[in-house]
Amino acid sequence: MTVQEIKEIKITQGLIEQHGLSAEEYEKIKSLLGREPNYTELGIFSVMWSEHCSYKSSRAILKRFPIAGRHIIQGPGENAGVVAIDDDLAMVFKIESHNHPSYIEPYQGAATGVGGIIRDIFTMGARPVACLNSLRFGPLNHPKNRYLMTRVVAGIAGYGNCMGIPTVGGEVCFEACYSQNPLINVFCLGIAKRDRIFYARACGEGNPVIYVGSSTGRDGIHGATMASEEFNEQSEERRPTVQVGDPFTEKLLLEACLELMKTNYIIGIQDMGAAGLTCSNCEMAGRGGAGVEIDLDLVPAREKGMTPYEIMLSESQERMLIVAAKGREDAVKEIFAKWDLHGVSIGHVTADGNMRVKKGGQVVADIPALALTDNAPAYLRPKIMPDYIDEVQSWTPDGLPEPKDYTSVLERMMGSPALGSKAWVYEQYDHMVRINTILFPGADASLLRIMGTPYGIGMTVDGNGRYCYLDPKTGGMLAVAEAARNLVCTGARPLAITNCLNFGDPENPEVMWQFDETVEGIAEACRFFDTPVTGGNVSFYNQTLGEPVFPTPVIGMAGVLQDCRAYVTPWFKHDGDLVCIIGGTGGHLGGSEYLKAEHGIIKGMPPRINLALEAKAQKACLRGIGLGIIRSAHDCSEGGLAVAMAESCFSPYGSIGAEINLDKSDRADALLFGETASRIIVSMNEKRLPEWERLATKIAVPWQIVGHVGGDRLKIGPWISSPVERLRHLWERALAGVIDQ
Amino acid sequence: MRCGVVVFPGSNCDHDCYHVLKHVMGWPVDYIWHKQKDLKGYDLVLLPGGFSYGDYLRAGAIARFSPIMNELNGFAEKGGLVLGICNGFQVLLESGLLPGAMLMNRGLRFICRYVHIRVENNSLPFTGSCKKGQALHIPIAHQEGCYYNDPEAISEMEKGGQVVFRYCSPESEIDDRYNPNGSSGNIAGVCNRQGNVLGMMPHPERCSEAVLGSEDGRLIFSSLLKVAEGVSI
Repeated sequence: MTVQEIKEIKITQGLIEQHGLSAEEYEKIKSLLGREPNYTELGIFSVMWSEHCSYKSSRAILKRFPIAGRHIIQGPGENAGVVAIDDDLAMVFKIESHNHPSYIEPYQGAATGVGGIIRDIFTMGARPVACLNSLRFGPLNHPKNRYLMTRVVAGIAGYGNCMGIPTVGGEVCFEACYSQNPLINVFCLGIAKRDRIFYARACGEGNPVIYVGSSTGRDGIHGATMASEEFNEQSEERRPTVQVGDPFTEKLLLEACLELMKTNYIIGIQDMGAAGLTCSNCEMAGRGGAGVEIDLDLVPAREKGMTPYEIMLSESQERMLIVAAKGREDAVKEIFAKWDLHGVSIGHVTADGNMRVKKGGQVVADIPALALTDNAPAYLRPKIMPDYIDEVQSWTPDGLPEPKDYTSVLERMMGSPALGSKAWVYEQYDHMVRINTILFPGADASLLRIMGTPYGIGMTVDGNGRYCYLDPKTGGMLAVAEAARNLVCTGARPLAITNCLNFGDPENPEVMWQFDETVEGIAEACRFFDTPVTGGNVSFYNQTLGEPVFPTPVIGMAGVLQDCRAYVTPWFKHDGDLVCIIGGTGGHLGGSEYLKAEHGIIKGMPPRINLALEAKAQKACLRGIGLGIIRSAHDCSEGGLAVAMAESCFSPYGSIGAEINLDKSDRADALLFGETASRIIVSMNEKRLPEWERLATKIAVPWQIVGHVGGDRLKIGPWISSPVERLRHLWERALAGVIDQ
Repeated sequence: MRCGVVVFPGSNCDHDCYHVLKHVMGWPVDYIWHKQKDLKGYDLVLLPGGFSYGDYLRAGAIARFSPIMNELNGFAEKGGLVLGICNGFQVLLESGLLPGAMLMNRGLRFICRYVHIRVENNSLPFTGSCKKGQALHIPIAHQEGCYYNDPEAISEMEKGGQVVFRYCSPESEIDDRYNPNGSSGNIAGVCNRQGNVLGMMPHPERCSEAVLGSEDGRLIFSSLLKVAEGVSI
């Protein structure tokens, strides 16, 4: 098609619908432009006004997040958030979803998710130092789910390993609702000098707009629109909308960009992710209060004959857009040439605020940048509490049969994919490259040193879809609390979060209610813990044939340890050490893994969370670690006390047993497997007990001695007695045994 | 000991090796861009791990054609010390500086974890600080790490002391149970006949500092220290 032919394509009702735009939205486009859009412009509006790019259903609600704080250098709205470590250094981090592409093509979908989040980090001027991921699949007894998990993990490994950025931790969960819609959330963290942060802004009339990285091909066209739709039987046909990753090129792009960032040639820089050239150009112009004019004949293309529509909407990977200082074009290009990458001036910054696109000497699109960004539609969608809520919340354990043999319950649970070791996953990830990883995957949180400083950085990703399904607000609070608790168990002090909000169709009022409540819970907990939200990602339309996934917020949290050598691991260390529980008491069965795994029930209220108690438990743990009293600290969460005790016995350096005695108040199963919030299991030498008592009294946190470390069995009261090696074997084989069957 | 760390496009353990040589060992170190053609003045040239050229085609297959490799041949012939780690080992195999070849791991998956390797030859410049038969606790991280050579060639290598490391138990026992990737004879590292070129799949630079959990890798570098102090090369 020639440019002229494309310009003459008539915009019909059908074409508008195909582009996912409503009649009202089309009217709004006409009024913003003052005319009918042409075909290319329709495509541009379609991607920029998609849910994925515009956040049209969530923007108003996300405003409730606390975003400011004394450590926060950059909150939401940029490629990633920036948080101060000290006066000199900052950490840059973000989490993103790649759910839809990963279901359609798991290897490339997951791989390009990793590629995208890494670009978001180095775009800001930070050297990416670690990745995490949070994965959710359907039950592994179905071969399709095993295939999805195997290929997703391979895709993450393939991309991250080649990039030389360690994948240092994460979580993997299983639930039937994710069978047709797995959740693939990836987190990346980088380190930058505070005075060398780069922003995605185009300004300075006449400054060149430079395209760097890979060539543009026909892959990923309308990826953002695809990610804004529900799945149906034809979703497999969407495979061409999934991009193909090239981690080798991205590695070169990373090194070239970081080399360029040592100079003063960059005015602004943004990666080309969703909606590629379109999004990067109009967002940079919008943020900079300027316009841009680009010529598509200059864009390096993988094939001949691509139309302006295709070039503007391509989501080919490993590309960046740079606005450079005038006169520095050649110096910029030279750096990219060294790394065998394209560096081409494709246009310049203008003063008129429009994104003007030319091809073949003709203007093919001319749109005010703000019409695509700030002026995109925003909706306050109707919301209504779903009917199921009353039914599930009114459940009580009355009448639930108690198991006769608790040892075999524990053994079954330890050997299940949900609670078993995730080594099958993380041993496929290079988690040591860059030689900063102090605490490997498998601990409560991951810990890295920052070379050249005494600091350690802790990071974790946490979520619990089941809790949020049962009570979204409490679930949101629990997710933040657990992330913070996980960091605290290593000795790191939580500073800020990023979040990935995975939900169903926002046009369904019940989903919107879940979303609204979850955000409320996260916001409240973040305010309480003073861990502001620095950005993140909303992924809607996670549903297939009308069935939404559980509302699943995933919290990515980062914190700092002042002395990276003063960390603590979850594992019991010495014979005779006392085992104590700090924080909450009692057993709460609602929403627990035990209830689901042993009784097939997903009901009840999730554990209540008392934020003040949570804060005290965390404070006591941090102080205890700081004073060298606490030798091991482990968060007690999914699977309850019995599972957490067993995990504490499985050190990478060898197994050790424990003898635990608990006062039975109610039911033994609630005591052993209930998931009461705000509990941390610690161990310490008895000689330090007086010091610990003083500390705990001062903070006024409840705590109790429950037993001691030693022997080769885990014994809990009269109920459980199992050789640690036996439990460990079941736990180690849990995932590998199912997947490699 | 003046060291050079070669940087191919896609090398990603270059920073790690540089850090250990410079900040842990205290030696002068330069990065050597793969298009450079001069290795004069270096005592040790290190080919780091990573994914040179994305490992596209086959690990190390493209990097062997980089300009620096010609120079490296001459450097090795003159007795210069060459250490290839992981991808660097793969490049040395592809270039013919070391005997044998790499296959995909027998599980066909990437493996990153700590293993033990037994020191079979401690009379090399790289192993002089180790005891013969000592088990080193050291990480691996690779997908194409299944070392292969035909049985006759391996027995020749064994006679010449060219089999330097084998995967083993913490107690130095050699058994297939401790072989993470299916390598012939559990081989984890080999050298050339002259003993000045060593390739190994495990990463000594990842375990050379106490804060990282093991310092066994440092024995490889401190062996070189002996060379630097005494024997001329």
